[in-house]
Amino acid sequence: MKITREEVEHVARLSRLALDEAEIEALTGQMDTLLGYVEKLDQLDTEGIVPTAHAVPMENAFRPDDVKPSIGLERALQNAPHSEEGCFVVPKVIE
Amino acid sequence: MSFSQMSIRQLQQALRDGKTSSVALTQACLERIAATDEQINAFVTVCGDEALAAAAEADRQIAAGQGGPLTGIPIAVKDIFNTAGVRTSCGSRILENYIAPYDATAFARLREQGAILLGKLNMDEFAMGSSNENSANGPVRNPWDLERVPGGSSGGSAAALASGQALATLGTDTGGSIRQPASFCGVVGVKPTYGRVSRYGVIAYASSLDQVGPLARCVEDAALMLGAVAGYDPADSTSVDCPVPDYLASLEAGVKGKKIGLPREYFIAGLDPAVKQAVEAAIEIYRNLGAEIVEVSLPHTDYAVACYYLIATAEASSNLARYDGVRFGVRHQGEGGLVQMYEQSRAAGFGDEVKRRIMLGTYALSSGYYDAYYLKAQKVRTLIRDDFLKAFEQVDLLLTPVSPTAAFKLGEKTADPLQMYLSDIFTIPVNLAGTCALSLPCGQDSELPIGLQLIGKPFDEATILQAARAFEAETEWHKKTPNI
Repeated sequence: MKITREEVEHVARLSRLALDEAEIEALTGQMDTLLGYVEKLDQLDTEGIVPTAHAVPMENAFRPDDVKPSIGLERALQNAPHSEEGCFVVPKVIE
Repeated sequence: MSFSQMSIRQLQQALRDGKTSSVALTQACLERIAATDEQINAFVTVCGDEALAAAAEADRQIAAGQGGPLTGIPIAVKDIFNTAGVRTSCGSRILENYIAPYDATAFARLREQGAILLGKLNMDEFAMGSSNENSANGPVRNPWDLERVPGGSSGGSAAALASGQALATLGTDTGGSIRQPASFCGVVGVKPTYGRVSRYGVIAYASSLDQVGPLARCVEDAALMLGAVAGYDPADSTSVDCPVPDYLASLEAGVKGKKIGLPREYFIAGLDPAVKQAVEAAIEIYRNLGAEIVEVSLPHTDYAVACYYLIATAEASSNLARYDGVRFGVRHQGEGGLVQMYEQSRAAGFGDEVKRRIMLGTYALSSGYYDAYYLKAQKVRTLIRDDFLKAFEQVDLLLTPVSPTAAFKLGEKTADPLQMYLSDIFTIPVNLAGTCALSLPCGQDSELPIGLQLIGKPFDEATILQAARAFEAETEWHKKTPNI
C-alpha cells in the first residue's frame, strides 16, 4: 500500500475537504493506484537535473508602482455569500 | 444565405458587401443552439438578447464602414473565462452563482474587435477531465455520435463548433483540453506556446501549464482568432512580450523544404489502427507537398503522464484553495466554526474528480513527500522539455496523432481515473514542454473524426498553422459536418 486510510484522512484535513465514509474509501484505493503509477518516475536518474517550475525561463516581472483604480467595494462584494457593512462575514473565529 | 462552409474572413466580406448582417448570423446561431443544444448540452449560458443587441450595433458600425476583422462575428467562450456581468461557473457547483466582475483579457480582446458573445460553454469542472463528463451541468455529447464524449475539458467549445452553434470559440489547454476535443469533434484547435496568450481572468487550474487558445472550423479562422487574442498583457506577468506575427499573411507559405519529425515514441502498439492509418496518410500528403519526413526520438514520452499528474494536481491544490465560501462561490455551513465552514463548502461544492486532484496534489506537496513527488516531477519535466528542444534542432515541426483513439463512449472510462488520464498521452508532453501545438481533422473512423497533431517550436505558431493550412488545402476532412 502506498497510502493508508489514515493518511487519506490527514490529507483531507490539509485540503479542507469534509469527505464522507464512501469518499474516503474510494479515494484510498484510487490514490494508491495513482501513486503506484507515478512511481515510474523513480526509474529516471535525475541527479543534478535542474527542476523546471516554468517552461518559459523568466526572471521576476517588475512594473512601475503606479496607482490605478481598483475594482471597488461593491463589485468586490457582489459575489460574497454573506457580507455586511462593506465586509465579508465569516463564522466566529475566536470565542 | 448558408454560412456553414464560409470562413470568418469570407463572412466579414459578405457583411461588408451587405449580403448578410450580423443580426442574421447571430440569429442563425441562436436558432441552431435552440434546435440542437437539448441533445448536445454545449452551452451553459446563452446570452441571446445581449448578443442580438450587440449584433445590431455591429451592423451599424459595418454600415458606417467601421469595425475590425471580427466585427459582427458570433462566438462563444468556455465558461472558464470571466465575462463581465455574465455567470462564470467553470463547470462547478461551487461557482454556480458567480457573476464575473470583469473580463478576461483574451475575451476582452475579442469583444474589443467586435465579436459577438453568444454565451458560455460547458466544460469539465475546473478544466479537469478528458471527456466533459465531470461537469456540474451534465456531460456534453459528441455531435457525431450522441453516445460518445466530445473530449475534454473544452468539450463544449468543440461540440458547439461541430454542430454549427457558433463560428469560433475559445478554450483552454492544460494537458490537451483544446486539442483532444477538437480532434474528437472534427474541428481545428490551437494550444499556443505558454505565455503567448494572457491568462488574466481565466480561472486557474495548473498555472504553469494552462494556456488559452482558439477552436475554429478551419485553419484560417484559427489563425485569425489566435492573432486576435495573442500578445503581451501587463496583467499577466507570465505572458511574454514578443512580437505576434501576422498569421494570416503567412498562412499560404506551404511546407516545401520543411523538415517534419515523427517521434517514434508516439507510434506505439496502443494506437488504434484507424488512427494510425489516417496519420500515415497525412504523412504521405506532406511528403507529396515537398516536406522532408524524418524520424526523431522524444525518449521521456512515457513519463509525461506521471509527471503531469503530479505537477498539475499540486498546482491545482494550491489554486483551488481560494474556494472557501468566503469571498465568492457557494457557502455551506452547519454546526461548527470557520474551518468546518471551509470543509463543508468545499465538500459540497466540488465534484469527485476535482476532489481527487486536490487530494493527490496536497499529498504530493505535503511534508515529507515534496522531494519525492513534486520536485522529482519538476526534474523530469526538464528532461521532457529538453527532448523537444533537441528534436527541434533537427526539424521544423513534429507530427503525431492527437489521441490514441477516436471519441470513446460516455461512461467508458469514468470508473478508472488512470485509464482516463492515459487518453491524454500524446497531448500532455507539449504542455510540460510549454511549446505550441494544434489539432486538425485528418480522417474518420467509421464517421468519427480523427485529429492530427502538429507541434511547433516555442513561439513558432506560424509554422504549424502554415503546415495545417497546406494539409487542409489538399483534403476535405474539415468540410465534413455531423448530421445533427
